[in-house]
Amino acid sequence: MTQSGERDAAASTEGSGSTPVLAAQGLSKRYGPVVALRGVDLELYRGEVLGLIGDNGAGKSTLVRCLSGAEIPDSGEIRVDGRRVAFRNPLGARRAGIEAVHQTLGVVPALDIASNLFLGRERRRPGLLGTILRMLDVSEMQRAARRDVERLGIETLQDITQSVETLSGGQRQAVAVARAVAFGSKVLIMDEPTAALGVRESGQVLGAVKKLRESGLPVILISHNMPTVWELADRIQIMRLGRRIAVVTPRSHTMQEGVALMTGALNIAA
Amino acid sequence: MNETEEARGGSESAAGHGPERQAAGGQPHDIRAVGAPKRPLLHFLHRYPAAAPAIVLIIAVAVFQFLNPRLLRAQTISLMLQQLAVLGCLSIGQTVIMLTAGIDLSVGAVMIVTQMIMAELSITVGLPAWVALVIGLGFGAVAGGINGGLAAYIGLPPFIVTLGTLGVFTAIGLFLSAGTTIFFPNPSNLLLWTGNVVAFGNFHVTTGVFLMILLYLIVAYMLARTAWGRHVYAVGGSPEASQLAGIRVRSLLMSVYLLSGVLYGIGAWIQIGRVGNASTNISANLNLDSITAVVIGGTSLFGGRGVVIGTLVGAMIVQVFETGLALAGVQSFYLQFAEGLLVIGAVAIDHWIRALSTGSGRA
Ligand SMILES: Nc1ncnc2c1ncn2[C@@H]1O[C@H](COP(=O)(O)OP(=O)(O)OP(=O)(O)O)[C@@H](O)[C@H]1O
Ligand SMILES: [Mg+2]
Repeated sequence: MTQSGERDAAASTEGSGSTPVLAAQGLSKRYGPVVALRGVDLELYRGEVLGLIGDNGAGKSTLVRCLSGAEIPDSGEIRVDGRRVAFRNPLGARRAGIEAVHQTLGVVPALDIASNLFLGRERRRPGLLGTILRMLDVSEMQRAARRDVERLGIETLQDITQSVETLSGGQRQAVAVARAVAFGSKVLIMDEPTAALGVRESGQVLGAVKKLRESGLPVILISHNMPTVWELADRIQIMRLGRRIAVVTPRSHTMQEGVALMTGALNIAA
Repeated sequence: MNETEEARGGSESAAGHGPERQAAGGQPHDIRAVGAPKRPLLHFLHRYPAAAPAIVLIIAVAVFQFLNPRLLRAQTISLMLQQLAVLGCLSIGQTVIMLTAGIDLSVGAVMIVTQMIMAELSITVGLPAWVALVIGLGFGAVAGGINGGLAAYIGLPPFIVTLGTLGVFTAIGLFLSAGTTIFFPNPSNLLLWTGNVVAFGNFHVTTGVFLMILLYLIVAYMLARTAWGRHVYAVGGSPEASQLAGIRVRSLLMSVYLLSGVLYGIGAWIQIGRVGNASTNISANLNLDSITAVVIGGTSLFGGRGVVIGTLVGAMIVQVFETGLALAGVQSFYLQFAEGLLVIGAVAIDHWIRALSTGSGRA
C-alpha cells in the first residue's frame, strides 16, 4: 500500500479532462449470432495502467482486438489522441504506435526468436545491398533482439536463434511480450501476458509493466489474476456480457467488490 | 489482505489465472528445461531440412553406381542434368507454394500450355521469339495468378483450386496443339537457347541447366535473406500470427503463386530447348514428380519448413532413381515403387520433426 499516494495523483490528472491517449466509444462486434461487444466505451490516459477484467467470454479480448486492428468493429469509434482512427488491420494500429500481446500470442513457431521479434518490420542492410537486393540485416536484428530480451530481464530466452516451436508455452509468451515492449511507442495492450508464465517470469513481465508506466507509456492489462490487477492497475474497467459494467480504482473498491461486479452479484451504474 | 473473498474470486486468485493457465501453463518450473535439445538427431534434421535428402542422394548414387558403373560417366551425368532441368525448375515454384502450406497440382499443365503458347506465337503466328517468350512468361504469371486469386482472396483450398485448373489447363493445351507437334525450323530461335550445350571436357551441360541453377540461387536468396522470404515461412507456419504481426497474408500468397507461375513459364522455355519442339505429349507425371521432389527434399506439406536447395536434392534423387533403375535393367514399376517409399519416408520424417514442436507446445 505504499503506492497509494502515486495512485491518487494519477487518478486526479485523469479526472482533469485531459484527452485520452486511446479511447473507444460505443464499440459493437458480433460473430454471427454471438454478440461479443454491445456498445463498449474505454478511455486510456497517459501514464496509467488500465486493468481490464471480466468473466470468460465477457468480451475483453474482442475489445482489445478491435483497439489493435486485429478485428474491425461493426460500429463505434476509436480515437488516438482525440483523433478518429479506423484500423483496417494490425499494421494500421502498429503505425499509430499501438502494440499488443494477444491471448493467442501471435508468434510464428517455424521462425526463430529474433525473426519473430522483427516479423513485419524487418530491418534491411544499409546501402545497395538493402535497397536493391533487399537484403535483411540479420546480425543487426539478432543484436537488437538480444538487447530487447535482456532489457526485459527474461533470462529463460537464451539463444535468440532458437526456433520458437522448440520453446515452452511460457517462453513463447515471453517472446510475444518482448516484442510488444520493444516496439510499443504509444500504447501497450497485454491480453493475459502472464497466463502461461512461471512465478519468476510473471514477476519479470509485471516488473516491466511497472517500468513502462513509470516511463509514461500507458498499458491496458487483461488478467484473471485479481491480486495482480489490484496491485498494478491505476484504474480497472470491469466488463460483463459485452458491456462495460463499471470503472473502479483499487482504492475505491476492494477485490471482492470488483469480483462481485464482474460476476453480476453486485450492481452499480456504469 | 482480507481472506473472506467470495468463493469464485478466491479460487481465481489462488489458481492465479483462468482456464488458459491449464491449457498453456503446466508446471512453472518446466520452463527452463524444455528448450534444451534433448534429441540431437531430431534437432539436427529440424535445423537442416536438406540433410536427410542429401544423405539419401549419396546412398542412392553409391548403390546404383555399384549396380552399374555407367551411372557416374560424364555422358550419363550430362543426360541426367538435362533431364533434371525442367523438373528442377518447376519444383522451385512448387516448393515456395508448399512453404505457404499450399500445393500446386497444375504445375505440369501450366508448363505445357505455356510452351504451346510460346511455340504457336513464334512459329505459327510469326512473332519475334522474344515477344513470344515474354507473352509466354506472362501467361505463366496469369495462370499462377488465377490459382493464387482463388486460393488467397476467395479462400478456396489450393488442392481443389489446382485440381480444377489442372483439368482446365490440360484441356487448353490439347486445344492449342490439336494433337500436333510444333517444330522450330530455325535452330537459332531464342526459344531453343536453353538447349545450347556448353562442354566441359566430356560433360555437356545445357544453358537450361545453368538457368535452373541460377533460379535456385535467386529463390534461395529471396527465401533466406529477404523479408518476403521470412513472410513466406511465417504465413505457411501460422497465418493468424502473421496477420497479427502486420503481414498482408493475402497479397503475400498472391505473390507466391505469381512467382511460381513465372517459374513454370521458364520451365516451359527450358523444356522447348531440351527437346527442340513443343507438344502436349510430355510426361503427365511432372505434376506429381514435382510434389515428390519437394517432399523428398524435406519441405513440410504443412508449410513453414523447408529449403529450396533440399528440393534440388529431391529432384536429383528422383532423377538418379529413374536413370539408375533403367541402367540396372529393372522394370519401370520399380521406380514408382521406390519413389512411393521415399515419399512415405520423407513424410514420416516430417511428422517426427513436427512432433518436436507440437510436443513442446503442450509442455
Ligand atoms: N472469432 C470468433 N468467432 C466467434 N465468436 C467469437 C470469436 N471471438 C470471440 N467470440 C465470442 O465473443 C465472446 C467474447 O469473447 P472474448 O474472447 O472477447 O472474451 P474474453 O473476455 O476475452 O474471455 P476470456 O477471459 O475467456 O479470454 C465470446 O462469447 C466468444 O465466444
Ligand atoms: Mg480473452
